[in-house]
Amino acid sequence: MGRTLAEKVWDDHVVRRAEGEPDLLFIDLHLLHEVTSPQAFDGLRMNGRPVRRTDLTIATEDHNTPTLDIDKPIADPVSRTQLETLRKNCAEFGVRLHPLGDVEQGVVHVVGPQLGLTQPGTTVVCGDSHTSTHGAFGALAFGIGTSQVEHVLATQTLPLAPFKTMAITVDGELPEGVTAKDLILAVITKIGTGGGQGYVIEYRGSAIEKLSMEARMTICNMSIEAGARAGMIAPDATTFDYLEGRAHAPKGADWDAAVAYWKTLRTDEDAVFDHEVRIDAASLAPFVTWGTNPGQGAPLSASVPDPASFTDPGERLSAEKALEYMGLSAGQPLREVAVDTVFVGSCTNGRIEDLRAAASVVEGRKVADGVRMLVVPGSVRVALQAVEEGLDKVFTAAGAEWRHAGCSMCLGMNPDQLAPGERSASTSNRNFEGRQGKGGRTHLVSPQVAAATAVVGRLASPADLSDAPALTEV
Amino acid sequence: MEAFTTHTGRAVPLRRGNVDTDQIIPAHWLKKVTRNGFEDGLFEAWRKDPDFVLNAPERQGATVLVAGPDFGTGSSREHAVWALQNYGFKTVISSRFADIFRGNSLKNGLLTVVLPQETVETLWKLSEADPQAEITVDLVAREVRAEGVTASFELDDNARWRLLEGLDDISLTLANEADISAFEAQRPSFKPSTVQV
Repeated sequence: MGRTLAEKVWDDHVVRRAEGEPDLLFIDLHLLHEVTSPQAFDGLRMNGRPVRRTDLTIATEDHNTPTLDIDKPIADPVSRTQLETLRKNCAEFGVRLHPLGDVEQGVVHVVGPQLGLTQPGTTVVCGDSHTSTHGAFGALAFGIGTSQVEHVLATQTLPLAPFKTMAITVDGELPEGVTAKDLILAVITKIGTGGGQGYVIEYRGSAIEKLSMEARMTICNMSIEAGARAGMIAPDATTFDYLEGRAHAPKGADWDAAVAYWKTLRTDEDAVFDHEVRIDAASLAPFVTWGTNPGQGAPLSASVPDPASFTDPGERLSAEKALEYMGLSAGQPLREVAVDTVFVGSCTNGRIEDLRAAASVVEGRKVADGVRMLVVPGSVRVALQAVEEGLDKVFTAAGAEWRHAGCSMCLGMNPDQLAPGERSASTSNRNFEGRQGKGGRTHLVSPQVAAATAVVGRLASPADLSDAPALTEV
Repeated sequence: MEAFTTHTGRAVPLRRGNVDTDQIIPAHWLKKVTRNGFEDGLFEAWRKDPDFVLNAPERQGATVLVAGPDFGTGSSREHAVWALQNYGFKTVISSRFADIFRGNSLKNGLLTVVLPQETVETLWKLSEADPQAEITVDLVAREVRAEGVTASFELDDNARWRLLEGLDDISLTLANEADISAFEAQRPSFKPSTVQV
């Protein structure tokens, strides 16, 4: 019987297979950041173990880093200690690090692909659940805990339980204004936050094949919000074009050999998935969340649902609690929900294409009174590219704040946070209670919806702006 | 790792589904560089509410957390497991756990037990009616026992063995050093390297 893409990549990495034991898999690329690695390095030290493959390991600083005044010492002493700990550990163990201020610094899941390190058919891990992002290249990529980080540092392998396979096939044309973010938010609402549990999801179909690498990364990134072990997309010419010429992409004869191998990384015709979901791209619309988990979403044109409409008692209770936390009432049109803050950035939507999309909406317009809009590029390289294209000026002219690269308000570990009761439209990945700051309320949206929302002051899509002429500079 | 064989303790009935790891331990606690001292961060936001179940005097010293479905979703932070353990929990029962959280738990000796939602309901009612009611989680017999409840649960033999013995995964893997070296020797040259170019 044929094999799926995920099964092929898995099989190509089995170091040891024995009856009654989980497969031991080789890890091609290990990404590190400051938050989930200190205890792992401590473990190595305690046991006198080295990092086995420093040549397959790379670190960056992203979760804690400030997005203002980066040339000054970090104000929060605890954050500073954590960053200093990473620097000391990387120096002691010989791990390559891109610290704050370095041109390759940025959100770990933006940095790996842009360096050309994330490649088809590789296994990629990081102590961060959004490692699923790298699956956009046809890599088997997943988030791990700190004990596993230590395990990979020490052995370059992981014992892993078997997985199930799911195909999510999206055929047809995405309507105008509908993005990869809308698609994945709709998928999560459809299958639920536990719907992908135990599965590696392969996204396929004509609508997926047409997407850019940036859009594919947005989709794979949020696989974890559906509970999936990983998300993957088969590599194709779009993937190869993105990689060719990047610093760590194969060169010369290696490039030819790599592409020949990468072309084999497709699910066989006769392979069988454990579960299949089909979605008609044409049926999708701009999508936003109304609740406190990423599965609580609806089209922007809809209203806040009535908890009583949920048949499952658990979901009903969850919706009741969510509306209470979010300060929303059943039946309220989503377009009437006013926001205080708009955040454009994160490993989900902090790449150049996302910034271009948001800039195109705010260009010649103004951020609404009383709304603060933060634009945080996913990496220094993304920021430099945006500056070259003049996007930073578009944002600042509209009244948005142009910040330094990092995770920023996606999880509020640095000073970029919502105040209690404050509401955001955010291009990030999690609308959990307090995620962007204690008592903060988050609506997950695409970059286009984020930008339109900033202009209107309420949840909106660019289509809502079309009949309103762009404001001219006075 | 802490070994787990069998544990008997009082329960905390947490009637919530989709408890994500941001609720278990908020991000600002993640700046710590140790594995301990997370107990005060456990469910920090919810504990501000005096009516939150963990604050009830009769729940003090309880060691068995009985939670709604999809416990531990979201972030991969192992700090969530450390926070539960630092607080005093030995085991968590739910009808469904997020994969990464479950993996992290088992690596630290916090036993995550999957039981059908009906059984979780029964345990909730039992513990709510009598906060002194004890629940036994027996990994040897793969069984949960409480008054009126005997429920078997699944855990694969390998994971169970590692928990019962409190084994260190890294040592187990390093025993297969020859396999790792052999695999490394045949990796194609086009595979990525992080060595600065």
